Amino acid sequence: MDIAPAESAPPPSAKSRSNFTRPGDRIFASLASGSSILLLLIMGAIALFLTTRAIYAISQDHANFFTTFEWNADSTPPVFGIAVLAYGTVISSVIAMILAVPIAVGIALFISHYAPRRLATPLAYIVDLLAAVPSIVYGLWGALFLVPHLGGLNLWLDHYLSWTVIFDQSNPGTAARSLFTVGILLAIMILPVITNVSGEVFRQVPRMHEEAALALGATRWEVIRLSVLPFARSGIISASMLGLGRALGETMAVATVLSSSPVLTAHLLDPEGGTFAQNIASKFGEASDFGRDALIASGLVLFIITLLVNGAARLIIARRKEYSGANA
Amino acid sequence: MSDLTTGARTGTSGARPPLAHRRLPRWAPGGIAAGSIVLGVVIGLLGHLSSHIQWGLIALVLFIGGTYAITTAVEGSRQAKDRVATSLVWASFVVAIIPLYSLVETTISKGIETLNGNFLSHSMAGVLNNDPGGGVYHAIIGTLEQVGLASVMAVPIGLFTAIYLVEYGRGKFATTVTFFVDVMTGIPSIVSGLFILAVWIIILGFSFSGFAGSLALAILMLPIVVRSTEEMLKLVPNELREASLALGVPKWRTILKVVLPTSIGGILTGVMLAVARIAGETAPVLLLVFGNQYINNDPFSGAQSSLPYYVYEQYVVGTDAAYNRAWGAALVLIAFVMILNIVARGIARWKAPKTGR
Repeated sequence: MDIAPAESAPPPSAKSRSNFTRPGDRIFASLASGSSILLLLIMGAIALFLTTRAIYAISQDHANFFTTFEWNADSTPPVFGIAVLAYGTVISSVIAMILAVPIAVGIALFISHYAPRRLATPLAYIVDLLAAVPSIVYGLWGALFLVPHLGGLNLWLDHYLSWTVIFDQSNPGTAARSLFTVGILLAIMILPVITNVSGEVFRQVPRMHEEAALALGATRWEVIRLSVLPFARSGIISASMLGLGRALGETMAVATVLSSSPVLTAHLLDPEGGTFAQNIASKFGEASDFGRDALIASGLVLFIITLLVNGAARLIIARRKEYSGANA
Repeated sequence: MSDLTTGARTGTSGARPPLAHRRLPRWAPGGIAAGSIVLGVVIGLLGHLSSHIQWGLIALVLFIGGTYAITTAVEGSRQAKDRVATSLVWASFVVAIIPLYSLVETTISKGIETLNGNFLSHSMAGVLNNDPGGGVYHAIIGTLEQVGLASVMAVPIGLFTAIYLVEYGRGKFATTVTFFVDVMTGIPSIVSGLFILAVWIIILGFSFSGFAGSLALAILMLPIVVRSTEEMLKLVPNELREASLALGVPKWRTILKVVLPTSIGGILTGVMLAVARIAGETAPVLLLVFGNQYINNDPFSGAQSSLPYYVYEQYVVGTDAAYNRAWGAALVLIAFVMILNIVARGIARWKAPKTGR
């Protein structure tokens, strides 16, 4: 299957003509393939070591690992489970996706199709830079700035939308250290990532498609709906899933904002719940040796979830290689 | 001709040019925006809504609704949809800019109060939680050493993997490596920290150290280096390789003397971006380096601190003095990461590979 793109295919080496290879070549080639093998070994080792520690920890667990709410790995007997963590991780990431994907696609469209050219280039640059802001800074800002500023919104949501259950606050006026706030913060964090990748796809839409639509009298929105979005759909999906992977594994921003508790509640504005990464970060300090193994078990679950999400995103990209947003 | 013009006429607009639809004036979007902001503020004031975010949300809803209603009345539904889409795109831009701007603004304005020569040149030794003062010197040392060690490990392996993928890799193995590099990009930093914890500290029995942290950072850095180097090597025109090989230069020397120098700018950029990325990681440091109030210059023994860890540590302390220190350190960290980013992008522009076209 020699269908590699011409530019990446170096000419056939002298090896094919004779069995003589220079020692330098052999050393270099084995260094190169050795590094690749090492990389695969690291991936395998991560899975292997996490699994062995996790199996040990779960075998000592005196409760069902998947359905227990509490995380008391250091009590005797140890009782811990991931139900609350899994719920919190999924819910906060879902909130983040609902908020971030439409807005990120909007910004990407703004940069590629709406903004004046003079504005578009610096904007793309700034979005790039924002993607590099460390998550702990988002966490600090979220805890000290966003949380106090969301109090009013929470009261308002509770006042008018409490019939939806999810926006019902059990104790109106409590600090906004809730899964909902975490979701908003995660949305802000993954905005630049999704914007970057989907913007790259939008710029690759063939000019001809857009011009054809314009020539038929389409308005700008119709051009986008008829030619840009269909072309970029898989790119948007994979960009979103990359963002989702980031949101699922985010540690510090959640650890600083969320006031965690082993409570699984549908009231998203209540300061309850937890996520995998947050639980690891906040329980690690006082964990005993066994407690660490238990945390590793929850880390393994997180690892598997992010692996699935990222793998799916990469497969979607790979299937339509020409829109490669893969270098994000 | 008269048939055509009457056909295009919308009936009510007799006095207008015949081929044009009735259109809103150019200032209409701005006018509607201003009107809805005013209305939003008025409603916010009258309703005693404390959060300014709500005022903005109300204004936004008014703006989009108003645009749709007015445009439908004047220009028709297709134009109305177009205008709503435009205003939604602008709105999403504004909505996103506000928090991101506020993040940068807050960090700079609060951080600059704490930042001074004393802050940069002192550790936290002997500084009580409630006391002002103290500094990030020990954290800067820790960050530089951990990131440096991680780079020393990750960059060569990453470079060689990328060289393998571009210059040697064929078939199933290369595809597998590419796939796992992509998947590895998405490993949460806390998971890589847990992995090193399991292997290095629990199984091999070493204690906390800067080096343990840099092992985890190297795992995070590796796939970023591979991806960016791979992209850059692919940009090197094949003619250069062929010319070199045709002169009888061995393949490894071709790679070393022709391919790598051609793409060195881009590779350097990728490495610096990767460094910037891992310099901001907190979770592995939390698990593996443990944090330290004192200056520890030796990354191979004893606990260290690092800039992102320091921010978290001071946040957890929770006093006003500690919050100020956290903001100061956050500013130092952002400045460090941004300078790396800007320099990296500068190099990329300055040394862009000549693709021969």
